[in-house]
Amino acid sequence: MVGGKSPGERLFYLLNAAIMVVIMVVTVYPFWYALISSLNHGADLQHGPVFAWPRSFTWASWRTVLADPGLLQAAWITISRTVIVTVVSILYTAMFAYAFSRPYLKGRRWYMAIGFTSMYFSGGLIPSFMLMNWLHLYDSYWVYILPSLFSGFWNVIIFNANYKAIPDALFESAKLDGASEFAIFFRIVLPLSKPVLAALSIFTAVGIWNDYGTTLYFTQSEHLQTLQYMILKLLQTSSAVEQLSSSAALSNPSISQLLALAQGNGEITSQTIELASMVIASIPMIIMYPFAQRFFIKGVLLGSVKG
Amino acid sequence: MKLAKEKPAGTLAGRRKGYALQRDWRTQAELLIMLWPAVALIVVFNFFPLFGLLMAFKDYDPISGIEGIFTSPWNRFENFTMIFHDFQFWPMVRNTLGINLLGSLVGIPVTLGFALLLNEIVSAKFKSLIQTVTYLPHFLSWVIYGGLFITLLNPQGGIVNYVLTELHLVDKPIQFLADPHYFWGLAITTNLLKDIGWGAILYLAAMSGIEQSLYEAAAIDGAGRFKRMRHITIPGILPTLMILIIFAVSGMLNNNFTQIYVLQNSLNMQASQVIDTYVYQIGLLQFQFDAATAIGLMKSVLALVLLVGANYASNKLTKSGLF
Repeated sequence: MVGGKSPGERLFYLLNAAIMVVIMVVTVYPFWYALISSLNHGADLQHGPVFAWPRSFTWASWRTVLADPGLLQAAWITISRTVIVTVVSILYTAMFAYAFSRPYLKGRRWYMAIGFTSMYFSGGLIPSFMLMNWLHLYDSYWVYILPSLFSGFWNVIIFNANYKAIPDALFESAKLDGASEFAIFFRIVLPLSKPVLAALSIFTAVGIWNDYGTTLYFTQSEHLQTLQYMILKLLQTSSAVEQLSSSAALSNPSISQLLALAQGNGEITSQTIELASMVIASIPMIIMYPFAQRFFIKGVLLGSVKG
Repeated sequence: MKLAKEKPAGTLAGRRKGYALQRDWRTQAELLIMLWPAVALIVVFNFFPLFGLLMAFKDYDPISGIEGIFTSPWNRFENFTMIFHDFQFWPMVRNTLGINLLGSLVGIPVTLGFALLLNEIVSAKFKSLIQTVTYLPHFLSWVIYGGLFITLLNPQGGIVNYVLTELHLVDKPIQFLADPHYFWGLAITTNLLKDIGWGAILYLAAMSGIEQSLYEAAAIDGAGRFKRMRHITIPGILPTLMILIIFAVSGMLNNNFTQIYVLQNSLNMQASQVIDTYVYQIGLLQFQFDAATAIGLMKSVLALVLLVGANYASNKLTKSGLF
């Protein structure tokens, strides 16, 4: 870019950098606040919040959360469904997209019609609920798996755009050598599509990891709870207690004292437990996404520019 | 577009002939095997539920099960009239439209402004640091991100109220979550903060596609920074902007259930009940399957109308649209 170094220019750069720093702080601070509060002594927090660093450091809340058998069960459900759905749905979708991208596929426009219909029309919540019941998926582990095994026609379009970048000559010579469609897909197409596979796998994994709707709509057993759903329950219970105590505080201070006691007054309080579980449940995503960044930027770009 | 260039021009002569040879049954069978898992999943989990839409026009009793969808008596538009007369209906429509409309009016310009400013950062390292940091909330779930704000805004010991009280800006803590007055602002702000970095990706991609020579020529002609933004960058990203506006318009009735449900509670209900939470409430909590399906159907039809309408308007006004 052409640009002199006039005072005006310099002022602009300075201001701009300052704005960016403010935006960064605002986006990250809530998470940082949760982290330091969860590592702080619970009762100490009631004298006033921590700002930049824990005042009296303790692992107590983290230890309590990590020792909770309910949480381990939920973690197991969450991890296993994330892995299974990501692997299988990306495979099924990539495979569908490959067959769909072949110009010699018979009835191609029918598959296109099916795909676009599935994108724009859906029965909505209640018909899906009835379907899950009818298939005996309601309140079963499989409700986390089966309905998600195809990751949507939008991803097919993105895969399709990527496959177009593979030189036709590769397909032709493989065909002339007598390679089957499976061999072409697994030996040529998949190895050449690593960036898009990575990007879409990450999107799928994040979506499944963060999903709580399936648990809310289609399950009721405690042993099927996911991490996100457990935290949601924690939030809802404690916010109910807080509302009660804040409305009670207006009318009767001694009752609010009692409620504050009930919320915990030692090293661990309901608040630090909540925050610790929120931080712990987001660690996998936070560790993963910076590494994956170059892939998903490619993925988003392809979806927008080419799709 | 860059990728398309890498594709060599037809190297093998008689390519069409070569492909014609592949129209044999074996190839087709193999392709079919690759297609069927996805097709089966679409048919079962996408198409079967479409039959359920019949319930919208029927007097359906949940006890009658799946057969009931087909056997229960038609009641024309009674489910729809019943919803219109529900006391929750108009507040719910107001909340849905209000949160979405204000959210887009604030969110689109702010995200665009952020992208424009980010584009002016010269240091590549600083730029990528800003991007990495601002993507963070996009990868947190709404349970966690919403939960963080519930904690920050807590009237007892939450940092926001603590600071406000210490600075004597307020006499007593603000009930951000219990007072319906704050709900729209809360929903819009948290949504903006969560996705400002992520939303900027698309604009940045469009900006990187603009010819650098245009900027150089403009600079030589004496155009300042803001003139260049106004006359080169904005027109260059207009197609992207239009697509995002079309999506925003067609999603006008579609609230983010995952977000709203986390922030909702019984005290802010009058400002936080939106179509999606209402469907959940009357459908899965009160078992009024027919009414819940009716309102879901109404929403999808209107969303489709909005999509087509917005696309038409965009094509007319800016000669660029989604289809």
